Amino acid sequence: MLELRGVNAGYGTFQALFDVNLDVKAGEAVGVIGPNGAGKTTLMRIISGLIRPSRGSITMEGVDVVATPPHKIVSLGIAHVPENRRLFPQLTVDDNLKMGAFMKEARDHYAERLEVVFDLFPRLKERRHQMAGTMSGGEQQMCAIGRALMSNPKLLLLDEPSAGLAPVVVQQVFELVKRIRASGLTVLIVEQNVQQVLKVVDRAYLIEAGTIRASGTSAEMLASDTVKEAYLGV
Amino acid sequence: MQTFLDIFDIYLLEAVINGILLGGVLALLALGLNLIFGVIDVTWICYAELVMLGMYAMYFMVQYYGVSYFVAAPFTILLVAVLGAALHYLVIAPLLTAPPINQLLATGGVLFVLQSFATVAFGIDFRNLGIRLPVLAFGDMNFSYARLLSFVAALVGMVAVYLFMTRTFTGTAIRAISQDRQIMALMGVDTKRIYLITSALGGALAGLAACLLVLQYDVHPFVGLSFGPITFLICVLGGLGNFIGGFIAAFLFAEIISLGGLFSDLEWGYVLAFAFFIVMMFIRPAGLLARRR
Ligand SMILES: Nc1ncnc2c1ncn2[C@@H]1O[C@H](COP(=O)(O)OP(=O)(O)OP(=O)(O)O)[C@@H](O)[C@H]1O
Ligand SMILES: [Mg+2]
Repeated sequence: MLELRGVNAGYGTFQALFDVNLDVKAGEAVGVIGPNGAGKTTLMRIISGLIRPSRGSITMEGVDVVATPPHKIVSLGIAHVPENRRLFPQLTVDDNLKMGAFMKEARDHYAERLEVVFDLFPRLKERRHQMAGTMSGGEQQMCAIGRALMSNPKLLLLDEPSAGLAPVVVQQVFELVKRIRASGLTVLIVEQNVQQVLKVVDRAYLIEAGTIRASGTSAEMLASDTVKEAYLGV
Repeated sequence: MQTFLDIFDIYLLEAVINGILLGGVLALLALGLNLIFGVIDVTWICYAELVMLGMYAMYFMVQYYGVSYFVAAPFTILLVAVLGAALHYLVIAPLLTAPPINQLLATGGVLFVLQSFATVAFGIDFRNLGIRLPVLAFGDMNFSYARLLSFVAALVGMVAVYLFMTRTFTGTAIRAISQDRQIMALMGVDTKRIYLITSALGGALAGLAACLLVLQYDVHPFVGLSFGPITFLICVLGGLGNFIGGFIAAFLFAEIISLGGLFSDLEWGYVLAFAFFIVMMFIRPAGLLARRR
């Protein structure tokens, strides 16, 4: 479904990604793990078009993502839940969800999508007229995921959905990722919570200093010495 | 003493009501400027000059070509909307990432260009529509029909903008964009397009204001100077980009002008309004509704 080949990317003269190759097949859940500053967020950003790669190719179901204007990439079926949620704090939950359905194709199915999202997050329905910025961290994360789901995506990019949340809420977030998966969505998820994320994904990539260091199935990653030493503390 | 109070009350009431009527048009002007500032984060120094061009458009259509007022008005609104979009596309868009001072200088430059253009093209004569609207007598009070019409039309215009901003996807995007410009692309929003639509909307509001002001005031190349500065003061007092603050400030200013004019000349009303502004800038520098830190 998603293919990255030989991708370099950076900010100005600073290069953050080096020759990245990555695949996500339809129906899969794939994790990306790595230390702070490794380039995980940058990877998500080049997929959704927030920044452009300086070299290499990205295709989504055969369509060239790099040649697609950033605001049209969501129409390819890619929805990005950015790091730190990035809700519109002074818009209501309803209006935030509305923004998620901005593109033409989603507008036509706005009411249906709203129902799907409220089914998944009954909490959001209770809070629909509340300013997004005044909600709890967990509620905001639900709203951010809900907003991304409003566009009825095929591929969901999640950048550290569990960051800054209490342990119980982190559990809920991972439960949710499982449910989203079960509904047939393809998921690419960045997480610091290595142990947890390897339980919900099929495969994972380990990225360090902008390069893919290791990749494999969850079981392989759990067994890998590199991953064990650095992230699992064993 | 008793009779003095009676007369005083009637005049006071008349002035209060006239202030409200004036406030409607000022609020409309402030809304347009606030919209541009709040969404695009630039200040159109030449905003009142767009109104001036709109007034000329009304004048020529109505006086010169004999088009009826109500037919000419929508054309004028459309014309100034296009001018607003053109201003954004030609002047603002290339300077979006430039320092604010450059943007101010550029729109300030447009102000002089438009004034000079009007002087050369239309001359410096004062012109009016030649429409004499009746005066409404209500008890001992007199209200000009033009002011009533302006007030109602301004309110209708503002309600229309409110509905657009709250009910439509595009309106919601306009409200969202200043809260997080970078991620708008993730929502499938083309920010350039939203800026252009917002500029056209700001222009349309200037166009509507032009249609209303031309009923009460003569048009000449420098007419923008008589309500441009006051519009800026209103926006600053209300907090730049704060729609509700601007709305309240418009009525506050209008009342000060109108009541100040009651006790002496109308010019003194303006002086009072400016003095009030200066005092308020010390008390609430970030605007009326700004939260205290
Ligand atoms: N906007 C930016 N401008 C310049 N450099 C940036 C920018 N964003 C990120 N970087 C740099 O790019 C590198 C990769 O950053 P990135 O945010 O992708 O890391 P990350 O793996 O997501 O880290 P974290 O786990 O802390 O979120 C870092 O060295 C960072 O300093
Ligand atoms: Mg990150």
